[in-house]
Amino acid sequence: MVKAKATRESAQASPEQKRYADLLFYGAWAGIFLMIVTYVIYLTGLLDPHIPLNEIPHLWRLSVGEFLHEANAPHGWGWALLLGKGDYLNFLGIVLLAFMTIVGFLTLIPAYVRKKDWPFVVIVVLEVLVLALAASGILGAGGH
Amino acid sequence: MIQRFFQRMQMGIGLAAACVVASPAWALAEVTGAATVDATKPWWFWPLILFFFCFILGIIAVLAGVGGGVLYVPLVSGFFPFHLDFVRGAGLLVALAGALAAGPGLLRRNLANLRLALPVALIASTCAIAGAFLGLALPTNVVQICLGATIIFIAVLLATSKNVERPEVKVQDAIGQALGMSGSYFEESTGEVVEWKTHRTLPGLILFIVIGVMAGMFGLGAGWANVPVLNLLMGAPLKVAVGTSKFLLSITDTSAAWVYLNKGCVIPLMAIPSIVGLMLGSFVGVRVLAVAKPKAIRYIVIGVLLFAGLKALLKGLGIG
Repeated sequence: MVKAKATRESAQASPEQKRYADLLFYGAWAGIFLMIVTYVIYLTGLLDPHIPLNEIPHLWRLSVGEFLHEANAPHGWGWALLLGKGDYLNFLGIVLLAFMTIVGFLTLIPAYVRKKDWPFVVIVVLEVLVLALAASGILGAGGH
Repeated sequence: MIQRFFQRMQMGIGLAAACVVASPAWALAEVTGAATVDATKPWWFWPLILFFFCFILGIIAVLAGVGGGVLYVPLVSGFFPFHLDFVRGAGLLVALAGALAAGPGLLRRNLANLRLALPVALIASTCAIAGAFLGLALPTNVVQICLGATIIFIAVLLATSKNVERPEVKVQDAIGQALGMSGSYFEESTGEVVEWKTHRTLPGLILFIVIGVMAGMFGLGAGWANVPVLNLLMGAPLKVAVGTSKFLLSITDTSAAWVYLNKGCVIPLMAIPSIVGLMLGSFVGVRVLAVAKPKAIRYIVIGVLLFAGLKALLKGLGIG
């Protein structure tokens, strides 16, 4: 019994891995909760949408370029200026989910620096840069 | 009593699986007239259908051992009136949400391992960005043809690949050793600690270039490709390969999802019911998994994938 417990402990995840797991847990559920709440606000019309609901079925069969033009919809971070609109309010939950990995990776950097695990410090820093670049919209921002 | 409840539930799931198999026919009938009829349907019609469709898809995906994205993109793009751009955007968010929800449990139990995932994730997520741009730059019919061919390939892969529970890795290669790609986990069914290490790390890392491009290009979660590479090629135990693959999706899909988000490929009205429906379905699927007979459902899923792949292929060729 004691032996089984000891072996089980030896196979435990590293502290930085557990911290990352906790962060993902709270972040993911907060994101999903936020998505449900903002979707209810959107559908009940508590906030006016930027694109009227009954126009969307005419628009979602278009390619994204045509959609943006027809709906006068934003691209890049333009949605952030429309957070007061019911439809773009939904982006809060979506963006929170998309940010969780970046935040998680940032917490890994000090842990690997403390361990002097330099290959992993480089990998994590590069990954943060890659994800930040994708999130920034710098790469190919603009219409389709 | 509980057993009887689960038996009934299992029957229900079988019925649900049949519904999804049957639903392409139903949706096909809908879509045949969609160009003219769709405009007359109220705005809530397709999101509501999509929510229930994704709920069933979530159950079946868990039972069949595949990610939601791989079923979502071909089926929804083939049989719903949404443009492929928005389906891929939503597909990535579906896969991302599922991976983020499953990730914590897998990481805590050491079934997803950061030392295995991080180097692979850097390659896959960088290439997923390239794949996303490629997918958005190519004509829709070309992407649809490639998607169809890929889905048919995945169906064949699912039908033929035989994963190994604990591959034998005699000597770890230099790259794997330098990156510390090894670990251990507690196997609850046998009460033993399973130690593992990787080999053939370089070819594995190279294959993740292709996997990343495909994930970004088609908006698919790439679990179907991650698991065989981690397990059969690199020698990670099956449980670690499956767990790490699921966690890996949270990183790969994040980079591609940002590209689709910035390009304007996310319509909340259809994306949110997809995500929530699939996640709720996954929770039910996990509970049913213990009592279900997933083998039959797996064959049904392979059949559905073949059908959806063929439909995407024909649609791309302008025949379907």
